[in-house]
Amino acid sequence: MKLKSLVLGLMAGVSLAGIAQAADLQIVLGDTGTGLTFLQGQVERYMAANPEDKVTIVPMPSSTTDQFGQYRLWLASGNADIDIYTTDVIWAPQLAEHFTDLTEATKDIVGDYFPAIIESQTVDGKLVALPSFTDAPALYYRKDLLEKYGKAVPKTWAELEATAKEIQDAERAAGNPDMWGFVWQGNAYEGLTCDALEWVKSNGGGQIVEADGTISINNAQAAAAIDRAAGWVNTISPPGVLSYGEEESRGVWQTGNAVFMRNWPYAYGLGNGSDSAIAGKFDVTTLPMGDGADARSAATLGGWNLAVSKYSPDQEAAIRLVKFLSSPEEQKRRAIEQTNLPTLMATYDDPEVAEKAPIIPLWKEVFQNAVPRPSAPTGTKYNEVSSLFWSAVHETLSGNGSAAENLEALEADLQDLLGS
Amino acid sequence: MAVETAGSISLPRTKTRSELMTQRLAAARWFLLPMLVALAIVAGWPLLRSIWFSFTDAKLNTLYSAEWIGFGNYLRWQTLSSGAIRWRGVLADPDWWNAVWNTLRFAFISVSLEAVLGMIVALVLNAEFRGRGIVRAAILIPWAIPTIVSAKMWSWMLNDQLGIINDLLMKLGLISQKIAWTASTDTAMTAVLIVDVWKTTPFMALLILAGLQMIPKDVYEAARVDGVHPVKVFFRVTLPLVRPALMVAIIFRLLDAMRIFDLIYVLTPNSKATKTMSVLSQENLFQFDNFAEGSTQSTLLFVIIAVLTALYIWLGRVNFDAEGK
Repeated sequence: MKLKSLVLGLMAGVSLAGIAQAADLQIVLGDTGTGLTFLQGQVERYMAANPEDKVTIVPMPSSTTDQFGQYRLWLASGNADIDIYTTDVIWAPQLAEHFTDLTEATKDIVGDYFPAIIESQTVDGKLVALPSFTDAPALYYRKDLLEKYGKAVPKTWAELEATAKEIQDAERAAGNPDMWGFVWQGNAYEGLTCDALEWVKSNGGGQIVEADGTISINNAQAAAAIDRAAGWVNTISPPGVLSYGEEESRGVWQTGNAVFMRNWPYAYGLGNGSDSAIAGKFDVTTLPMGDGADARSAATLGGWNLAVSKYSPDQEAAIRLVKFLSSPEEQKRRAIEQTNLPTLMATYDDPEVAEKAPIIPLWKEVFQNAVPRPSAPTGTKYNEVSSLFWSAVHETLSGNGSAAENLEALEADLQDLLGS
Repeated sequence: MAVETAGSISLPRTKTRSELMTQRLAAARWFLLPMLVALAIVAGWPLLRSIWFSFTDAKLNTLYSAEWIGFGNYLRWQTLSSGAIRWRGVLADPDWWNAVWNTLRFAFISVSLEAVLGMIVALVLNAEFRGRGIVRAAILIPWAIPTIVSAKMWSWMLNDQLGIINDLLMKLGLISQKIAWTASTDTAMTAVLIVDVWKTTPFMALLILAGLQMIPKDVYEAARVDGVHPVKVFFRVTLPLVRPALMVAIIFRLLDAMRIFDLIYVLTPNSKATKTMSVLSQENLFQFDNFAEGSTQSTLLFVIIAVLTALYIWLGRVNFDAEGK
């Protein structure tokens, strides 16, 4: 008890010091590429317009898995230091109870957003976060190399494999021993769940756990899709791909050492930056499709949102900042500078965006058909489901057992986890 | 143990304690009190809380309303409809035993390598040469860098395509193909060991060096006068005399290695080949919604470390009392 009052006393001291100078906001962000620099610019613009508020950015690691563990710990302990959290699209059901309901504060603007994105952030009628940008991955390809070898842009995984192999071998023979065909995210983390969900879905293998809660992953088409990916390792993809996240694959791609890359739209703007070896030499298309029944091109739905912590002492100022960061002007700027997909419908029709970031209007349809990860039907168990899934896939990719064996074990594990 | 026996033997002699002695003991207790209180707050209380949570159904969001469920998190069984019995809980979880095995393997190999290399470095630093002060300071740098920073640094150095390690090995012609150090399950543990040995050998060397400097110089002079071979001097003079310091250094490292977390979390976060008890426990505590299971794992980790330490002290007859013998 004494300890408690001591801690409370310390906390009171800290928050008193905070109140003395109007709103002092802390926003956490773990981002890839130049996301942090961009947010710094946004915050400066906000502070210029709202001089009474002081905003500090707390940077976090870029792995979403790392961020989640830390945020959950802070939120569970009722941490009042962090006012605004940047949240992944899949976190809403798991963290909902710690966030402020934004329904009332955003009722005049919420109609401008894509209804499906708003719905993904609504838990039991409570809007837990305001979408700041959405995400759907692309297949990046080197148009200069495809032209050089007279190849068409691949529409199926089989075409991609053949083209990647041919160009990789030819380029190596021509004097670039570091050339690889295809880079993606193969590390055992949330990113692999996204990549593997695309392989499975594009091959007509379902989406791990269906919207009604049925565990569908143990099927032949899913197994075939994962086995195919296992065949890429050390043939068209470097063996190290099994430890790559987004940034590692972009590292190989942007130094000009890959023909194809699977990545999110943020890599588009960066790839055309002045320090990029491949500026102007690449383009994007939708991810390839598999074969068999129900095969289609599939992209995993991503996206980042801004949530206000329930424990923040400056609710009003925090909501003001969140609304500023998601405002039409800021989303447009984000679309042009960061090639992040806007969550406002109107931004896609903006001629300036179409001119400076041509990927944005092209991607409107892609993200609207994107596949959600099973975070809704699995609720608070999502992280464990995802971890079991990526582990089973990573085992297969590493050559420990066939996809069929690993998926059968995965199904049993998922039944244990979700059934009871 | 040795200390206690010594105490019990000498007890009859001091049966009638002098008043001064009683006063001194009372004063000593008062001086110890602040430290004991501090320890109870920062170490005792969290430990007891963890142990308590391991017997409950706690989730991260329901810590204060957790209910007692007994040993269920450790081991429980289900009777299936066919009548077969299925064991559940941490003690029946293959992932847990894999983590235990990884931890033990890591601790044993890393501490052995560090002890040998630390001894060599300490012997070098103990010799008289110019610029010894600078070398002594420089060798401590790996130990002074925060683990997270050095782990991240090494993870880029070990990167298969862009990393300098592969580049060097390729240029030297030692490997024909770039190695995916952290990705492949065969090399993941090796990569972790390389970084850990690099980082903690200086610490080991420092502790051993302190021990070496306690050895009186005249012993070596006598050996030199007798014309003993330097290798023999090392095994017959240096090693036995430095042994108490070495044993204490090893136990510090062993305790540290058993709870390894940060290095593996950064370098090979989800590789089955390197997942240790702490990493698994953190995953259950904060990533998954299994706070009670994570607490069970950290409690078991505590028990395993305690048992190993007791065994080590007993088998190695480590004497923490410098004046003991």
